[in-house]
Amino acid sequence: MIFSEKWLREWVNPAIDTQTLAEQISMAGLEVDGLEPVAGEFSGVLVGHVVECGQHPDADKLRVTKIDVGADELLDIVCGAPNCRQGLKVAVACVGAVLPGNFKIKKAKLRGQPSFGMLCSFSELGISDEHDGILELPADAPIGADLRDYLDLNDTAIEIDLTPNRADCLGLRGVAREVGVLNKLAVNAPEISAVPASITDTQPVVLEAPEACPRYVSRIIKNVDLSISSPLWLTEKLRRSGIRSIDPVVDVTNYVLLELGHPMHAFDANSIAGDIHVRLAKPEEKLVLLDENEVTIQPNTLVIADTEKPLALAGIFGGLASGVTSSTTDIVLESAFFARDAILGKARQYGLHTDASHRYERGVDPSLQETAMERATALLTDIVGGEVGPILVTENQEFVPQPKNVTLRKARLEKVIGIEFAADVVTEILERLGFSLSYTNESWSVSIPTYRFDISIEEDLIEEVARVYGYNEIPNAAPFASLAMLPSSESTLDLGTLKQVLLQQGYDEAITYSFVDPKKQSALFTEIEAFVLPHPIASDMSAMRVSLLTGLIDTVSYNQKRKQPRVRIFETGLTFLPDSASANGVAQIPVISGVVCGTEKSESWAGISPVDFFTVKGDVERLISLTGMSAQFTFQRSSAAFLHPGQGADICFNGEIVGFVGALHPQFKKLFGLQANVFVFELAQSVLLERVLPRAKIISKYPTNRRDIAVVVKDEVSYADIITTVNKVGVNQLVDLTLFDIYTGEGIAEGEKSLAMALTFSDPEKTLEEAEIQACVDKVISGLQDTLDATLRD
Amino acid sequence: MDLETILNQAIAKIETAQDVATLEAVRVDYMGKKGKLTDLLKGLGKLSNEERPLAGQKINLAKQTIQGRLSTKIEALKLAEMNAKLAAESVDVTLPSNAQNIGNLHPVSRTIARIEHFFGELGFATKTGPEIEDGFHNFDALNIPKNHPARADHDTFYFNPDMMLRTQTSGVQIRTMEAEKPPLRIISPGRVYRNDYDQTHTPMFHQVEGLMVDKNVSFTELKGILHDFLQHFFEQDLQVRFRPSYFPFTEPSAEVDVMGENGKWLEVLGCGMVHPNVLRSVGIDPEEYTGFAFGMGVERLTMLRYGVNDLRAFFENDLRFLKQFN
Repeated sequence: MIFSEKWLREWVNPAIDTQTLAEQISMAGLEVDGLEPVAGEFSGVLVGHVVECGQHPDADKLRVTKIDVGADELLDIVCGAPNCRQGLKVAVACVGAVLPGNFKIKKAKLRGQPSFGMLCSFSELGISDEHDGILELPADAPIGADLRDYLDLNDTAIEIDLTPNRADCLGLRGVAREVGVLNKLAVNAPEISAVPASITDTQPVVLEAPEACPRYVSRIIKNVDLSISSPLWLTEKLRRSGIRSIDPVVDVTNYVLLELGHPMHAFDANSIAGDIHVRLAKPEEKLVLLDENEVTIQPNTLVIADTEKPLALAGIFGGLASGVTSSTTDIVLESAFFARDAILGKARQYGLHTDASHRYERGVDPSLQETAMERATALLTDIVGGEVGPILVTENQEFVPQPKNVTLRKARLEKVIGIEFAADVVTEILERLGFSLSYTNESWSVSIPTYRFDISIEEDLIEEVARVYGYNEIPNAAPFASLAMLPSSESTLDLGTLKQVLLQQGYDEAITYSFVDPKKQSALFTEIEAFVLPHPIASDMSAMRVSLLTGLIDTVSYNQKRKQPRVRIFETGLTFLPDSASANGVAQIPVISGVVCGTEKSESWAGISPVDFFTVKGDVERLISLTGMSAQFTFQRSSAAFLHPGQGADICFNGEIVGFVGALHPQFKKLFGLQANVFVFELAQSVLLERVLPRAKIISKYPTNRRDIAVVVKDEVSYADIITTVNKVGVNQLVDLTLFDIYTGEGIAEGEKSLAMALTFSDPEKTLEEAEIQACVDKVISGLQDTLDATLRD
Repeated sequence: MDLETILNQAIAKIETAQDVATLEAVRVDYMGKKGKLTDLLKGLGKLSNEERPLAGQKINLAKQTIQGRLSTKIEALKLAEMNAKLAAESVDVTLPSNAQNIGNLHPVSRTIARIEHFFGELGFATKTGPEIEDGFHNFDALNIPKNHPARADHDTFYFNPDMMLRTQTSGVQIRTMEAEKPPLRIISPGRVYRNDYDQTHTPMFHQVEGLMVDKNVSFTELKGILHDFLQHFFEQDLQVRFRPSYFPFTEPSAEVDVMGENGKWLEVLGCGMVHPNVLRSVGIDPEEYTGFAFGMGVERLTMLRYGVNDLRAFFENDLRFLKQFN
């Protein structure tokens, strides 16, 4: 809501400057969003009278004028505005005047004619964008008066950003009330008295949906003259409140909307057939709105209709056919109370948001309709004349909100706020807010005025008291809580520890959007149907990620394009997978993922090597080692289509797939615009965040013995096969097995490989004899021979 | 040759020797079994009893002199050898190492970690929750009924009318209050989503919300904890103000501003006393328990703390940006 400071000060005028006033309003909870001067900075502009206006001898479009600005002599001024004419009151920038943009007015000659100043348009004075001619002042404007003073331009437009609960401040009346409360000043509301009826015509109204519209106030005004335009004082007030002047009827209803916060509407009386019916729309009813768009009205929408057709969307927007035009002579004014719930969300259904719907959605004062009607009638007939009919109030009392009574307990107030309040301080605050109350038994019984319909429970009053008392007058205190010790499970790792391991390995943490390009994602993960946002920011940000890879690979590409060839990044976060067993049909799984490309370490004089599968697998193994359960994690060749078929592994925990590691399949380089091979990994956080507690074993006092063996096996035998076999053989004294060489080539048959392993033996009870060691070695070898067809290499 | 000549000869040889082998040869040549001094000693028998002790003494003295000279020379040569070896091993100590560099936490994570630390010290447990939410946890339980203007203000990403990306992490508070009984002290950091993208808005950003529910939690305590947090977070004696505001899930509600370096107030937090309807919706008696809740935008705090100007930089993940936060 925007309003003019001067207008506010007509209602209540505290002795504080603009900045202080704005600060005060903000601190009352009506946040001031902006302060704008209502006109540009200018000086030396006076009210003048066009005494003579003749054609310029040498220029068709210019006029030479003589202007009276109250000085001894008339001023010769050349003017190009088509609306310049004799008798007009105008704004004159005299020689020496300074217009916005530091434009200094000097004596000049235009096509040979001297000119001692300039006649100004609104736009030249920084008042509005209008520049179709010079400003026309009212006939009674005093000649020679400074324009700034005459138009009261030393004014500020104050914009407040109201929270949804403070609908009472969507009119100047409410803001003035607040300012009065804060400054302990009385508010001088303009006197609004009843306009007596001069005719007996009324517009009957039928309330068919009384819970949505329990009160409808109507009045007929006949024989208005709509060729008259709105006076300057009115259009200026509207302009300073951000509303354009349209015609006197719209201007007056807008004025009342700004002043009292109550929306109104006007119909051309002759377009209404019979009674007005306030009802819900019928199926497939259509209406052409004032903006000339036709809408099909949904049956949940309240309409103002006559006996034949809908006339307007109630509380939202008028219809074109029933609207007031310059040829209208008789009008019906509407001042209605529509229930908030009946209007909420409806304007949006039609892509609309109007000053009226904004207010009805937040609520209006259910007792203000007659006042608004009287105010509008008086203002309108002052401008356009007319014969006024009596006010007709149609209402269904059952559904009109009744004034509420709310109890505020002193003890509750003190408990919630945390300080003691003197009863008379609270009483005074509530009374200043306009509440009538009584205080007995340490409780206030407060009757809430109809304009504060936001107040219905005790907390609402607590907030009012705290707000007016001043949040910043309430002291700060340290919270009081029991020092009960919280449990802390040693077998639970926190995510920060995992992150630290990757940071130590040179990974930077990235945060990418949770929604990604569906094209890229579905290319990588062909089998998964991702959740898609129906209304995304952009189509390439519409699919919920099923893995963090899409975003991370995009990040690699982004950096490669910026000459950052070495990228090591990781991310943690949720993936979103369809899963009928989960809440809302979506499994939201926390994962940790990494993407690596370029060299293993930064480029260096000491040499560099590119990352390969095992560098990245090593990073994954570091993470896994935190759990103390490395043995339960296994790697197996992956069949995932997004991985290099020869360099991709599924990561399993107790046999269940929990992640993957490998080279991204090179076929995706083009899709992502990648310049080098990329290695990736992803693991469910759940398996990494639990660890086993250590159980200490006795360290053998006896020496360990190492025996190296080399076995030849077929190429397809994996290292995992070897380990599984050795474990199955179950030699208790074997405490370590280290693979230290893999050899193929001369001496080894095609399709085979030689694996050299160091076996370490130890016994907790004794020193192993040579024969015992040899027996152990033999057992391992024969196991490998039997199971994997291995041969011992000499 | 007389003793003196022999001695001088030996000394000269020792002094000019360049390696240990030469010195060994000198030793053998003079003091070996067939050495020149050994020969002289053997010749002592030819001398008279009177002459013999004196001559013997002289020869021994010469022997000791040579031995001494040899040892000294050997030490010197060894030292020189060692020095030469060390000189050859010299490196340019100013050369950079090729250690793996250490990566950086994302600045948003770094801020969240700091916030978790401050509140963790006061016994606030960190809780997380789902990001695809239902209408109950994102709105209804927070006292935001359907069609409430606050719902429209949220620019929610809907999948369908009852399934959406969460617009705040408050759902975590609701789930916690459903699952645990007061006293409660939690914070819930995480991603939230709003359908808005311009200079000052990204469709995804981070919030940390906090909640404390106990028998006598009051507004003064809410003020105290947030005042202290802001002072500690910025490590400055900041001017802080609480400005009345409105949130459907708290009452009284406030926005918290800090005074910026440019002399203007900057909004950094929203907070308030938990609305009794919210407590009721999770089965907590608002007569017995009161609570406060607060929520802060992590990106905003991070920008202020580290002088980041462009919000969008957080999600571009340009390494040159990320590597500044070491």
